[in-house]
Amino acid sequence: MNEQAIKELLYTLADNQLVLGHRNSEWTGIGPILEEDIAFSSMAQDKLGHSLAFYALLYELGESDPDTLAFMRNPSQFHCCQLVELPIGEYDFSLIRHFLYDHAEAIRFEYLTQAGYEPLAKVATKLRGELKYHLLHANTMVKQLGNATAESINRLQQSLNDAFPYALGMFESSPYEAELASAGIFPLESQIQTQWLENIRKVLAQTQLQLPDLESVMPVFGGRRGVHSEYLQPLLDEMAEVYNLDPNTEW
Amino acid sequence: MWTQEEILVLLEKVKDPEIPVLSLLDLGVITQVQVTPENKVVVNMTPTFSGCPAMDYMRKSVEETLAAAGVQEFKVQMSFDKPWNTNKITPNGRKVLQAFGLAPPPVYQVIPDLDILEHTTCPYCHSTNTTLRTPFGPTLCRAMHYCNNCRQMFEQFKPL
Repeated sequence: MNEQAIKELLYTLADNQLVLGHRNSEWTGIGPILEEDIAFSSMAQDKLGHSLAFYALLYELGESDPDTLAFMRNPSQFHCCQLVELPIGEYDFSLIRHFLYDHAEAIRFEYLTQAGYEPLAKVATKLRGELKYHLLHANTMVKQLGNATAESINRLQQSLNDAFPYALGMFESSPYEAELASAGIFPLESQIQTQWLENIRKVLAQTQLQLPDLESVMPVFGGRRGVHSEYLQPLLDEMAEVYNLDPNTEW
Repeated sequence: MWTQEEILVLLEKVKDPEIPVLSLLDLGVITQVQVTPENKVVVNMTPTFSGCPAMDYMRKSVEETLAAAGVQEFKVQMSFDKPWNTNKITPNGRKVLQAFGLAPPPVYQVIPDLDILEHTTCPYCHSTNTTLRTPFGPTLCRAMHYCNNCRQMFEQFKPL
């Protein structure tokens, strides 16, 4: 099996979790209500834990240690999609992003538990239980606010329209995906996208929100191969600010 | 020469730092204890929630307990080989959680359906007339509920 293919998959998984985890953590202390403050903070902690588990697998394959991978790389070395790096915006945007992202992540994790690469399957089996709570949270809030007031519905609809092109960018293909699919490690991104659309449509059908027309939207690709928005560098600077004060210190 | 039983007795004293009545053995995070023919003690542990900041603390507590008891050679290692879930909390563990005021997680078959979060038994008045307020709480492993009977919030060790 091509080790490079596995590594590229692990980097994509880990970087997405790390960057969205960091964004979620920005709600700590400023959430619109206490429960949401705690929810986003908890999901941030979970997602950082997930990224650590994936970086640890990369370390076992000969890459740098998890701290170095998280704190010492340049944006062009990150494989995350642009959706996760966008600023938190207002609460409605963060909620919609969380909804769109975690529905995709839940499908990925189900496949990963069956991955023909045992270390990855074990990690995914462990993590998918945590992810269920993220999905439960996203669905509950989207259903509540997607049926509440004209303001909440309009805000969520606007955020859905804004986030959707970026969300489609989550399914950027990699040069290795055919190989991983034929080796039974991970399916094609197009297959995940099809299931994702089906799943989010089921939830949105219970709200007054409309999914933008797929034909009229241009997906924002590039993140997986290191092409990022202007927002990633400042995020990485902030994330590594304390680490960079003294990278050799003992915690 | 140490025996496995002696090591288990030592480990019974190591508690969860956030739930100080619950031992790590009752929590179910210690998956294996072995004594090699060379008298080396090997303890395998598995994390509860992957992002739980207490895991490192728990590993250190195990190491310190072994060292304090005079175990010369030991190794404590974390692995995902036997992933933890809340079904691994022992009956005694559930009892002490309840007494601590934390609703224990329900035992489930195969995979937990999150519907089991509804109507969690209140640890104070034992009513099931309760409502899930949020699946997130003060630590990663807790959900928050409201008891409609005794009219107070309570926390639950949430099923995973």
